[in-house]
Amino acid sequence: MPEPTAKLVCRNVWKLFGSGAADKLSAMGGRPELSEISRAGLVSAVRDVNLDVREGEIFVIMGLSGSGKSTLVRCLSRLVEPTAGEILFNGRNLLAASDQEMIEIRRHKMGMVFQHFALLPHMTVLENVAFPLEVQGMARLDRLARAQEMVSLVGLSGREDAYPRQLSGGQQQRVGIARSLAVEPELWFLDEPFSALDPLIRREMQDEFVRLQSVLRKTIVFITHDFDEAIRLADRIAIMKDGAIVQSGTAEEIVLNPATDYVREFTQAVPKAKVVRVSSVMSKDVGLDGLSVPSRATVAEAAPLFLEGANSLRVVDEGGKPVGTLHRDDVIHLLLES
Amino acid sequence: MVAANSKSPISAKGPAGSLIWGVGSVLFLAFWQLGSRWLPWAFEYPKGWTIPAAQWIGQFMKWLLNEAHFGLFTFAELTRFIAAVIDFPYRIVLSLLSTGFLSGQGSSAEQILPPVAWIAVVAIFALLGYLAEGRRLALIVTGCMVFVAVFGQWSSAMVTLASILVAVPIGVALGLLLGIAAYRSAWVERLLQPILDLMQTIPVFAYLVPILFMFGFGPTAAVVATVIYAMPPMTRVTLMALQRVPSEIRDLGRMIGCTRAQLTWRVMVPTAQDALMVGVNQVIMLSLNMVIIASMIGAGGLGFDVLAALRRLDFGAGLEAGLAIVALAIALDRLSQAFVRRPVRETPQGSWPSRHPYLLSALATILVAGLAGSIVPAIQTYPVGWQLSTGEFWSDVVKWINVNYFDALEAIKNFFLLNLLIPFKRFLIGLPWLGVVAFLVLAGWRVKGPRLALLVGCLGFLIAATGQWEKAMITVYLCGISTIIAMVIGVPIGIASAERPRLWRWVQVIIDTLQTLPSFVYLMPAVMLFRVGDFTAMIAVVAFAVAPAIRYTALGLRGVDPALVEAGKAMGCTPRQILTRIKLRLALPEILLGLNQTIMFALSMLVITALVGTRDLGQEVYIALTKADSGRGLVAGLAVAFIAIIADRLIQAGAQNARLRLGISQVRT
Ligand SMILES: Nc1ncnc2c1ncn2[C@@H]1O[C@H](COP(=O)(O)OP(=O)(O)OP(=O)(O)O)[C@@H](O)[C@H]1O
Ligand SMILES: [Mg+2]
Repeated sequence: MPEPTAKLVCRNVWKLFGSGAADKLSAMGGRPELSEISRAGLVSAVRDVNLDVREGEIFVIMGLSGSGKSTLVRCLSRLVEPTAGEILFNGRNLLAASDQEMIEIRRHKMGMVFQHFALLPHMTVLENVAFPLEVQGMARLDRLARAQEMVSLVGLSGREDAYPRQLSGGQQQRVGIARSLAVEPELWFLDEPFSALDPLIRREMQDEFVRLQSVLRKTIVFITHDFDEAIRLADRIAIMKDGAIVQSGTAEEIVLNPATDYVREFTQAVPKAKVVRVSSVMSKDVGLDGLSVPSRATVAEAAPLFLEGANSLRVVDEGGKPVGTLHRDDVIHLLLES
Repeated sequence: MVAANSKSPISAKGPAGSLIWGVGSVLFLAFWQLGSRWLPWAFEYPKGWTIPAAQWIGQFMKWLLNEAHFGLFTFAELTRFIAAVIDFPYRIVLSLLSTGFLSGQGSSAEQILPPVAWIAVVAIFALLGYLAEGRRLALIVTGCMVFVAVFGQWSSAMVTLASILVAVPIGVALGLLLGIAAYRSAWVERLLQPILDLMQTIPVFAYLVPILFMFGFGPTAAVVATVIYAMPPMTRVTLMALQRVPSEIRDLGRMIGCTRAQLTWRVMVPTAQDALMVGVNQVIMLSLNMVIIASMIGAGGLGFDVLAALRRLDFGAGLEAGLAIVALAIALDRLSQAFVRRPVRETPQGSWPSRHPYLLSALATILVAGLAGSIVPAIQTYPVGWQLSTGEFWSDVVKWINVNYFDALEAIKNFFLLNLLIPFKRFLIGLPWLGVVAFLVLAGWRVKGPRLALLVGCLGFLIAATGQWEKAMITVYLCGISTIIAMVIGVPIGIASAERPRLWRWVQVIIDTLQTLPSFVYLMPAVMLFRVGDFTAMIAVVAFAVAPAIRYTALGLRGVDPALVEAGKAMGCTPRQILTRIKLRLALPEILLGLNQTIMFALSMLVITALVGTRDLGQEVYIALTKADSGRGLVAGLAVAFIAIIADRLIQAGAQNARLRLGISQVRT
């Protein structure tokens, strides 16, 4: 059962490309193997995906190139019609919505940021940002004012009259972000928004994104092929391979218990201390006094406190109540492991 | 009997393949030499068996015009409606540019407002040039327009410009809409693709006569013909441009909740704008190409002047009107190309006048020139006294050439006629139609398969069955010999320039210019030197059709993978061996496409060469035009189209085979 707060639920969603895909899928019994699908002359993009995205969280979908991430996110927004399955948005079946209803939903409730920015070349920055509002029929002055606000929010004040081709990649993506936010969407899709950027800029944009989210608190589906990025941003991660989700959970769960060798490959390069939270390594005995750390902190954040010479730290929950003890040896173990 | 051995499997290649060709050829020869005694009907299609297609079509057209009914309206009403839609803007533009606004009818009409002063028109062209690129282009287009005025072609040029200004927007709009429809619906695309393919191979005049019949002689018919001729590339370009819009942009449009119309007009079309402008340029150039042909059905203007001059054999006048078309073509081509290349279009901010400085200055120019023109007539109309005419000079040149070189020219002409043209013509006319059709079937079968065999067989048979065989053979003879000569000239030039970048740049400029010139320009000098006849026609066709032969050869050779050339060098091939064994072989598919284009160009010249008294299908169309006999014109036009389709399909399939054999999948076009 999806939790009551689930914003977007996706049940047994399939997407196969090729003619007569739906019929062939049900003819194959509804859950064919990869080899069966290719034998039927179809290209599989999304296979039997189940997930739920909760209100206010950043849900990251990670996978290598061609694993079906873009197709999945386009199924979620119904830019691509799924071959089979069900998608519930605010508890309502998206696949049953009429064209007119879809237009309304997209105009007011959804926003999307694209890998290659998808800016309209014949419009200025301001016009691009105002475009979704223009499409809705908002009056010129109102929409320009709103767009101006968004442009300032992403730090592009002063470049309103520039054309996309006059901007750097990072700046272009800021425009893309501002545009997708202009309609105040409830659900925000980002399809590899930073993949086309240089590593340094990418880092900067990730920080910017975290800052924005701390203000906006949107429900976010974020696509990436970069596991580090996933860990930095995600509340929860789903890992895709060949169109199917092989594991989903928090970064910590995935790093500590990789479900398959494929997942382990990604997790190996990640320093565990940066992912694992204090609460996962502490012992349950509620210790004496001494320095205290929040249980949600990562081990890497807690480690410097041992430099003061303590052997153990008191772990406290959000309310400041002690919940356990973090021992120096456990921390060293974890640090050595990765 | 020839058909029997064409049933061989397609897969038979190599020795078996040549054997089939050998046997086919021998049978064909035997049949040709010996068959006339037993099967006279195979040599000359019996009159009694002729399908009276011309009559049927004539009756059908009559029925269409007099009786056809689409429920709400009749066909005649439809054509009248289209005519009105075209006529209204045409009248306005014509009044603006040429006649002025009149009140009253006929000779009692009074001018209430003069046309735009010639100086103002030149200034507007200059402004456009400046807006599109800068001072240089402004100078070029001004030069072109002044040239037109100085040589006394202004009033005709404005009539031509008026019909182009009407035809181009209609062609662009229709092409755009069709392209969008094809983009939106796979079904429409599938329907449209073969029609567009066909339009590219059908020579214009296949549909000239029916248009004449439906719309009557006059500028309306001319605009309709021009639009039909110039629109297909716009449709193609639109479809391609929309398909090339990044899928993310499309997704964006849908994601922000665009309706279908918003997605098309606010997102897709503006994004594809640059590519679409290429299509607009094509429409303009093709419309200009049609100027003279359109004047055969009433376009008037420069085209009519050329046509009339050609009929009188007044070279000077024809040449001047022809050059004026060229000047107009250069100006419009450069302008539209510059708009294609134009970089960032900043929309200036501020009040209306400051946002539209060009529009404002254009309007001001018209007004000021109009007022000044009412005082100083030289501003309103280019004074006759300032006109130059080289007509006399050219006539003198021709006279002089004829006096001094008549014998030499005559000798050259006769040499070619006696040794090449006439024997080739006799040979083709002597062939049995049945044998030729069978041979085509064999060829179709061998290069592609039964479907192509059936197609070329049917088309060939229809040519014979409608009683067009002999004229068709004369067409094949004229085009064939011109194509051969064009290839003989063009391929070596292509080979020579492919290796030398500097030479290639020059050659490119020349062949680009050759292709922008309206085709009949080539006829003028040929007529001047050799007067009328097949030889003159041949020279004009060769001059027009040599460009693709050069272009495709050079492009093909330049496209050869350098690694293969390196490999050849490493194996110790001499430069000659590299050329013949490696490069030419690999470039073969493109050279074949060049051959194809050369044939298409040659066929499209036919109705123009009819002016110099050829006896082929082009002449047949021309005669039908003058008699407004739509059945006869359409049948002859379709026969040309059939020849074009047969050649096109066979060569395309051959090029495809060559490509497969060489393992090259892609080819630039
Ligand atoms: N329109 C389509 N028609 C046919 N196959 C498609 C189509 N779109 C995607 N595919 C296929 O579906 C699979 C998943 O593609 P998708 O674009 O979703 O991958 P991705 O994970 O987003 O990759 P990337 O990181 O490269 O963007 C690929 O094998 C792709 O070839
Ligand atoms: Mg993708």
